[in-house]
Amino acid sequence: MVQQASTIPIKPKDYKSDIKPVWCPGCGDFAVLNAITKALAFLELPKEDVALISGIGCSSRIAAYTSVYGFHGVHGRALALAAGLKAARQDLTVLVAGGDGDGLSIGGNHFIHACRRNMNLTYIIMDNEVYGMTKGQASPTTAPDWLDSKLTPGGTGIRPFQPAGLALTAGASFIARGFSGDPNGMARMLVEAINHPGFSFIQVLSPCPTFRPEQMDWKHHVRVSEQETTDDPVLAAQRIQADDGMSTGILYQRQIPAFQPGGKPPVAEVADFERAFEV
Amino acid sequence: MTNSSHSCDISLAVTGSGGAGAITTGELLLQLSGGNGCFGMMRRSFGPQIRGGEAAALLRIGHRPVECMDDSFDLLLALDWRNADRFAEEINLRPDSLIIADPAAGEIPDSMRELGVEIINVPMTALAKEVAGGRPNMIALGVLAHWLGFCNDRAGKLIARIFSRKGAEIVAGSQAAFNAGFTEPLIAEARSARNLPAPGEVKHDQARWALSGNEGCGLGALRGGIRFAAAYPITPASDLLEWLSPRLEQLGGSLVQAEDELASINMVIGASFGGVPSMTATSGPGLALMLEAMGLAVAAEVPAVVVNVMRGGPSTGIPTKSEQADLNMALYGLHGDAPHLVLGALDHADCILTTEWSVRLAESLQTVVVVLSDQNLAQSRVIIPHPEYKLPPIPGRQVAKRTDSYQRYQLTDSGISPMAIPGAPDLMYVADGLEHSESGKPSSAAADHQAQLDKRQRKIADFDFGDHWAQCSGTGETAIVTWGSSAAAAREAAERLRALGTPVKVIALRLLLPASPDKLAAELAGVSRVLVVEQSHSQQFYRYLRAWYEMDAEIGLLARPGPLPISPGEIVTQIENWS
Repeated sequence: MVQQASTIPIKPKDYKSDIKPVWCPGCGDFAVLNAITKALAFLELPKEDVALISGIGCSSRIAAYTSVYGFHGVHGRALALAAGLKAARQDLTVLVAGGDGDGLSIGGNHFIHACRRNMNLTYIIMDNEVYGMTKGQASPTTAPDWLDSKLTPGGTGIRPFQPAGLALTAGASFIARGFSGDPNGMARMLVEAINHPGFSFIQVLSPCPTFRPEQMDWKHHVRVSEQETTDDPVLAAQRIQADDGMSTGILYQRQIPAFQPGGKPPVAEVADFERAFEV
Repeated sequence: MTNSSHSCDISLAVTGSGGAGAITTGELLLQLSGGNGCFGMMRRSFGPQIRGGEAAALLRIGHRPVECMDDSFDLLLALDWRNADRFAEEINLRPDSLIIADPAAGEIPDSMRELGVEIINVPMTALAKEVAGGRPNMIALGVLAHWLGFCNDRAGKLIARIFSRKGAEIVAGSQAAFNAGFTEPLIAEARSARNLPAPGEVKHDQARWALSGNEGCGLGALRGGIRFAAAYPITPASDLLEWLSPRLEQLGGSLVQAEDELASINMVIGASFGGVPSMTATSGPGLALMLEAMGLAVAAEVPAVVVNVMRGGPSTGIPTKSEQADLNMALYGLHGDAPHLVLGALDHADCILTTEWSVRLAESLQTVVVVLSDQNLAQSRVIIPHPEYKLPPIPGRQVAKRTDSYQRYQLTDSGISPMAIPGAPDLMYVADGLEHSESGKPSSAAADHQAQLDKRQRKIADFDFGDHWAQCSGTGETAIVTWGSSAAAAREAAERLRALGTPVKVIALRLLLPASPDKLAAELAGVSRVLVVEQSHSQQFYRYLRAWYEMDAEIGLLARPGPLPISPGEIVTQIENWS
C-alpha cells in the first residue's frame, strides 16, 4: 500500500492545505490547527501516514485545512469512523478533532465508548461551550444560566458536562486540557498524546469570539497546572472535580493495553471455511 | 401437497416447551437426512422468551432440493403440549396428517383433537426413563428416523459425534434412547398401515451443502473480499455476525462490536476509507439508524456493504419472524439524491452469490450496496446441491497511482475516480460529506454540485450489470414477478402449475436498484398476466414495480405481511382462481 517514502516535511506549514478556514477572526481553532501541525512536524510524521478525522461543526472543518489524509464525516461520528480506520490500518497515526457539541452531545455515546475501548487514537475537542455553525445554541458544556441563545431563552437550566471527568469515568487512559492561547504548550501536549499508546483525549479551551465574546477573557483565568500528572484515577478525579475547569496540563495518564483488533497474520483461506458446509 | 402426490417429500414438525429439546431433535434429523442422501430444509420457530419457552422445529425432507416450506405438515410430533396453540397457525395439519404424542404430556388440546387427525401415543417419557441418560427428545429422534426410513447405524455415529463433548454416558444414553424410539413397534405398525413411502437411504454422487441464509451471506462476503466488519447485535442478523467474527480474524481481518449501529456503519466507512473492503449486517431498526452515514458513503464515494436481514416491522415488530417490508427504506431511505445499489438474495445458495456480487459492486463502483435478506432465509437451514455460480468479471476498487495533480473526485467518463488509500504519498485528500469540487475541496457552487451528482449517478447508470439482475425460469403467458425469499415459493408454485398444465414463468429480481426496466420488458414479451408476489402489507414491491417498470400485462397482486412465509399453495390458488 505504501509506495515509497516521500521526503519528510520538516516545517509545520507543510502540514497545512491551501484552503482558507471558514473560522471567524480571533477563533481559538486557528491555534489548534497550528498546534497540530507543530506536533506533526516535531514528530516528523510523513503526511501520508497521518489521517485526521472530523465530524460536523466549525472546528470539524479542520480536516480540510491540513495536508494529511482526512475525512470530514457526519455529525458526531468522527470517533467511530476513526476507530474503523484504525482497526483496519493500525500503521496509521489517526487524529480525531471536533467541537463540544459534536463530541459530547450528538456523539456522546461514541465518546464514552472510545474512552473505554482505548484504541490508539488522539481526540481533540475544541471546547467553546457553544454551537457556532448553527449560530449560537447551548452545548453540553454551556453553563445552565447562559441566556444568549434564542433556543433556550431562560438558559438551559441543565448542568454542563466536565469533559475531563467524563473521560476519566469512561476509562480514557490519557486526559489533558489545553488552551488555544498557548499553542506551544498545546503542541507539546499533542506530542505526548500522539505518543501515548492508547486513547488520548485533549480538551482544548478554544474561545468563540462571535457567540461567546466573554470567553476572550479566558486568558486571565487559564493557568498551567502545577501538579504532576497522575496515573491514579481516584486522585485525578479529585483534582478534576475540585478544579474550575481552567487548569491546563496532562491531568491523567495511565498505561493500559490499547485495543487493536485484527492485524494478525492470516491462518486460513476462505475455501477452508467452505468444507464445513459439505454434507 | 400430500404424500401421495409427492412421494418423497415429507413435512414434519417437532414441538416442545423450553428444555424439551425439540430444536435439537430437528437439527439432528436434518443432519441425518443429509447423511442419508436426502435434501431438506429446517425452520426454527420460537416464542419470545430469551431462554426456554416453547420451540418448534419445522422440517421438510425429500429427494429433491427444497427452498421453502410446504403448505401443510404430514406429521406433528409433540414432546409436550405446553403453549402448543402458539404454533397452530404455523403448523397446518390435514385430516390425513398424523400426530405422535406422549401420553405423559397429558391431554391433547381440543384444537388438535378437533382436526380429526390420527394420533399415535408413544410413551416417549416412559421409554426414556428406562434408559440411563436417555431423554424423550432422543426417543423422538428415533421415532422420526424410523418414520423416514433411515438407517440407525448412521444415527448412532451422528449422536456420538454431536454429543462427544458431553461425555460417554450422554452419548451411550442418547444412542440407546434413539434405538428405543427407532424400534418402537407402534411406529412400524403405523407405517405399514399407511403404506407410506419414505425417503429411506438415497445413493447419489451429487455434492451437497448444509447452509443457513446467514452463513450464505457471510460466505459470500468473504468470497467478495470483506476483511473488516463492524456491527451491533440485532435479531435476526446476529448469527451472521457470529459466523463472520472468528473467520475474519483467521483471514487476518477483524470484526468489531460497536456501541450502536451509528458507530458500526461509520466504522465500516472508516475502514473502507483505509482501503479494506468492509461491511456491516443489521435488521430494520438498525438500518434506519445507519441511513445518515450511508448518505455520507455515497457522497464521499466510499465502498460499503450493508446486509439487512429483514424482520417483521415497524419498530420492534415481530423480531424473530420474517417480512419483506424494508424494501422502501433500502430504496428510498437515504437523504438527498443518493444513488446506491440494492440487491435481494433469492434463496439460501443465492445469499452467497448476491453478497459476493454486492461486495464486488461496492468496491468497483465506490458506493453503498444494501443486501436484503430476511429471517426466513437467514435462520433456516437447507441441504442443497453444492452451490455453483459464475459472476461476470468486475474490476476491483480503482486505486489511484502516484501523480502530481491528484483529484480524488475527478470527473471521469465512467464516473469512477481513482481512490487514494492512506499511506500513499502525494495523494493526500479529504473525503468529504460536504459537496465538493473534483479535488475534494468543499464547494457549494451549482456547477460542482451538478457535476458530482451526475458523476455519482453515471457510474451506476452506465455500469453493465449483465444477466444477474434477475433469476428467470419457465415460459408461458402467465408470469410471477417477485423478489427475495418469496422467489422460492414462486418457483415451487410454478412447478406445480406446470404439472397441472398451466405454464408459468418466474422472474425473481435480484438487482432492485438500479432498476432494469428494459431487461424486465424483454422478459415479459408475450406475457399477458403478471402476478406480483411479496410479503409486505403496503405492497412495497408492487409500487416499486409500478414506479420503475412498464408492464404491458394484466397485473395481479399477492401481497400480505408476515410473519408466515408466502407458501407455494397460496400462489397456486391465486393463479388458479384468476379469471
